Amino acid sequence: MSAVRPDKSKLYYPKMPSAWWLRRLSYFLFMMRELSSVFIALFLVIYLAQIHQLTKGPGAYVAFAQKFQSPGWIAFHVVVLAFALYHTYTWFASSAVVMPLKIGDRFIPQNAVVLLNIAAWVVVSTVIAALFMMFQG
Amino acid sequence: MTTKNIEPLWWVLFSAGGVVAAFLVPIHVILFGFAVPFGLIADTGRIYSHWLVKLYLFVLISLPLYHWAHRFLFTLVDTGLKGLRRPLAFLCYGTAIAGTLITAWVLLQI
Amino acid sequence: MAEETITLNVTRYRPGEDRAPRTQAYSVPYRKDWVVLDALNHIKDQIDGTLTYRWSCRMGVCGSCGMMVNGVPKLTCAAFLRDYYPKEIQVEPLANFPIIRDLVIDMSDFLDKLKSVKPWIIRKTEKPTAQGEYLQTPAQLEAYKQFTQCINCMLCYAACPVYGLEPEFLGPAAIALGYRYNVDSRDEGNEQRRGVMGSHEGVWQCTFVGECTEVCPKHVDPAAAIQRSKLDEATGWLKSVLLPWGGR
Repeated sequence: MSAVRPDKSKLYYPKMPSAWWLRRLSYFLFMMRELSSVFIALFLVIYLAQIHQLTKGPGAYVAFAQKFQSPGWIAFHVVVLAFALYHTYTWFASSAVVMPLKIGDRFIPQNAVVLLNIAAWVVVSTVIAALFMMFQG
Repeated sequence: MTTKNIEPLWWVLFSAGGVVAAFLVPIHVILFGFAVPFGLIADTGRIYSHWLVKLYLFVLISLPLYHWAHRFLFTLVDTGLKGLRRPLAFLCYGTAIAGTLITAWVLLQI
Repeated sequence: MAEETITLNVTRYRPGEDRAPRTQAYSVPYRKDWVVLDALNHIKDQIDGTLTYRWSCRMGVCGSCGMMVNGVPKLTCAAFLRDYYPKEIQVEPLANFPIIRDLVIDMSDFLDKLKSVKPWIIRKTEKPTAQGEYLQTPAQLEAYKQFTQCINCMLCYAACPVYGLEPEFLGPAAIALGYRYNVDSRDEGNEQRRGVMGSHEGVWQCTFVGECTEVCPKHVDPAAAIQRSKLDEATGWLKSVLLPWGGR
């Protein structure tokens, strides 16, 4: 017996507004998470521009970096850092869902996986900062 | 049997870029955005001549570009630009590929 | 004795007569143990018999009574009036679906999508009955059991912005159902599902908003099923590209 389909000519099709992501906090936070990729990419491109200065000698590299002392650039980096940290946290939360980890037969609870990732991130960040301080001076 | 779909490739690159960005970007923002400008750490850039550092920088800069490209493409499509998916995909992934090539070129020059 | 009341603002739509849905306010008795479904049944029995909506078990297992309650997809048999009182409650049909009448939506697209993932055990070679049943360890059962709990209530589709924007998207419940069979140790049908699951309208259109999992009344976690399916698809794709001579 085939199912009875409704008369399509009388159906009402609701439209989704373009600003759908402003209607709920969870949708807004999702959009912020997506936007974090823009700020991360922007930062890395600017970083690349600074590295490029080294082709003109170390003086050019240091001179380029002077501009980052201005309040405008400090504010920019505050925004970038906020988005970068938000990406880091949401990424760890997501990867715990995508790849559940096991010890032997038992699954590690997702909260623990997130904390493990955060711990690893702290270690990696410390190592990079230490290496930077040792060699860039 | 391979899926003719190339989307898994972009998703793998997106994921790799996401991991790199998650673990490495915050500390670099802290170092370059605050520590060096405030004079807490000196930065001459001399370490960038080492090949290992260049490799690290290549991964650090190029992979998150694919992360951005994939995420940004979907964001644009999900805010109403669905009809422009093909040209937008070309622009986003194309920019990431161009960025990769430029990054490699810059790092080989210094 | 003055009885406490609460106001429900309910969507009304008469096909062929109304151009667009409108809202009608009803004042119902406020009872601490009533759910929104009780209020709707009171409206239909005592106030306005023309109100049309779906419901059945009234205890959260049939999946029939899904609607938007204050903009959130909910089973109306599980939404207590006391959680909203004394404020007014907006009751609308499930989002992202065409409306047939009042609070009833057209679920034919959803049903088509469920069928498209071939939700049954697929075997390359059938095991004759004489050889006995398929055995599964508790671990093998745990791999997919959670994803069998879906009651097809469509709350996840109402919560998913991707489905709202791009209705060709396979959607959370259908992908979770496909995943449920793909990871069932008795099943050998991954290849047969790949065309649907691995297409752009399959797992790849999902941007992991995660709202589907948030609203699921049976804790199925469709978002996890989708992301794990992406990982499985990507792994398979990488293998086929890097090891083209290997069997899949």
